Amino acid sequence: MKTFEGYRRPNGSIGVRNHVIVINTVGELASFTKKMAQLVPGVIPVVHQSGEAQFKEDYEQTIRTLKGTAGHPNVSGALFLGMGEDKLAKEIEELLKDENHHIHVVYFNKDKPITEVLKEGKEWLEKAMERSKAETKVTADVTELIIGLECGGSDAWSGVTANPAIGACSDSIVRDGGTSILAETTEAIGAEHILAQRAVNPEVGKKLLRVVKEYENRIRATGEDIRSANPTPGNMAGGLTTLEEKSLGCIKKGGNSTLMEVIEYAKTPSEKGFIFMDTPGYDVESVAGLAAGGAQIVLFSTGKGSPTGSPIVPVIKIGTNQRLYEIMSEHIDVNAGKIIEGLNTIEEIGEEIYGKVMTTANGSITASEKHKNQEFAIWRLAETK
Amino acid sequence: MEMKYNALKLNVNDNVAVALTNIKAGEMLSIQGVDEKLKVEDAIAYGHKVATAYIGHEEKVIKYGECMGMSTAEIHPGHHVHVFNVRGLNEEERLSSLKEHAVSI
Repeated sequence: MKTFEGYRRPNGSIGVRNHVIVINTVGELASFTKKMAQLVPGVIPVVHQSGEAQFKEDYEQTIRTLKGTAGHPNVSGALFLGMGEDKLAKEIEELLKDENHHIHVVYFNKDKPITEVLKEGKEWLEKAMERSKAETKVTADVTELIIGLECGGSDAWSGVTANPAIGACSDSIVRDGGTSILAETTEAIGAEHILAQRAVNPEVGKKLLRVVKEYENRIRATGEDIRSANPTPGNMAGGLTTLEEKSLGCIKKGGNSTLMEVIEYAKTPSEKGFIFMDTPGYDVESVAGLAAGGAQIVLFSTGKGSPTGSPIVPVIKIGTNQRLYEIMSEHIDVNAGKIIEGLNTIEEIGEEIYGKVMTTANGSITASEKHKNQEFAIWRLAETK
Repeated sequence: MEMKYNALKLNVNDNVAVALTNIKAGEMLSIQGVDEKLKVEDAIAYGHKVATAYIGHEEKVIKYGECMGMSTAEIHPGHHVHVFNVRGLNEEERLSSLKEHAVSI
């Protein structure tokens, strides 16, 4: 059994990082969140533009994402910035304190000078940093790992090299008792019937078909039709013939394992094994959803070198081609382009990725962490009020 | 290291292989992990597909071990497989593939 050294949290989860973060509940406080983080070395800002004036489904999604982020196993302590009579902040604080997470909220309001708010936050963050440094690691095994599967900036090789190699890694993790979550509902359109056939039971298969249909309907409401627009002329020039083929190239990041569960954006799986999460095609929102759902590490394939990272989760970049690796080697963790060069098989690169997952779980820094790529955005379904 | 092959099969059950480099008509196709060689009949650009088995009219084209479409003409081994001889599944075909697995919308 593959093991790693991680941080055991009060709710039983295991983290592969020990971050102290500061996070805003409403977009109005985005800049103050960055300022607050700069006051204490080592603190990571988690900045977004959501939270205010949202309709019910988005309000719930925002709460779920912020709660999942601040209560993430990779997070040792989280400071929230709230504003005035911030219902969102109060609700999240209560939910997280119930689960014994180390969190605190400071409120900006008309009765308090900003300097005082910053001072209160700084003091709490300093103590949280000290506290995190005193925390020690314990041994855990791969059955406690949740790995997110993502792609961004795909090219003609994505479906030939990096994605099938990620699929081979995902199958190995699932075989060893771990969990992998495939994301990006847009990319399943056209191959959802194939994914549904891999479902553990008809209910899971039906749920997969339902989330894909709902996603497609939302896109259609904007006047776009994914099915008739794909594959694009550019895709066809690159060799892709049908929408099924294009979508298969994406969903094969999930390998060939049985689909155990289909979950909403930012929700934590209740099953182990291969899972599907309903997320948008926008990689920043999708990675944030995977992380909020409890993924400790994200595997991310790219043909064009998308730099997307995460403030709380190590993102492992798998490049699809040799040229990208030569030009952007400092941004790529695994070069799946070796498959094209005839140097390695898909299975061998899958093993290399799995090896990288374990060293990353043990604390080794990924390219996106080294460059402090800390993108974060919450998927928004509707307009604001 | 010298390249030992010029095409890749994503799954052993596939009836197409993906060209890893531009292959000229008349050249031999060498697929990673497969001993037999096959003569390529059309020019195949990298990333494009070449048939590795005979595919009759209205038969499944298999990539990743899955049905990626139906042939719209007979396709002989060594020939280019693309939009002029393959189409995507229609709604009825997609639904019937689900019924076989007791999953329906």
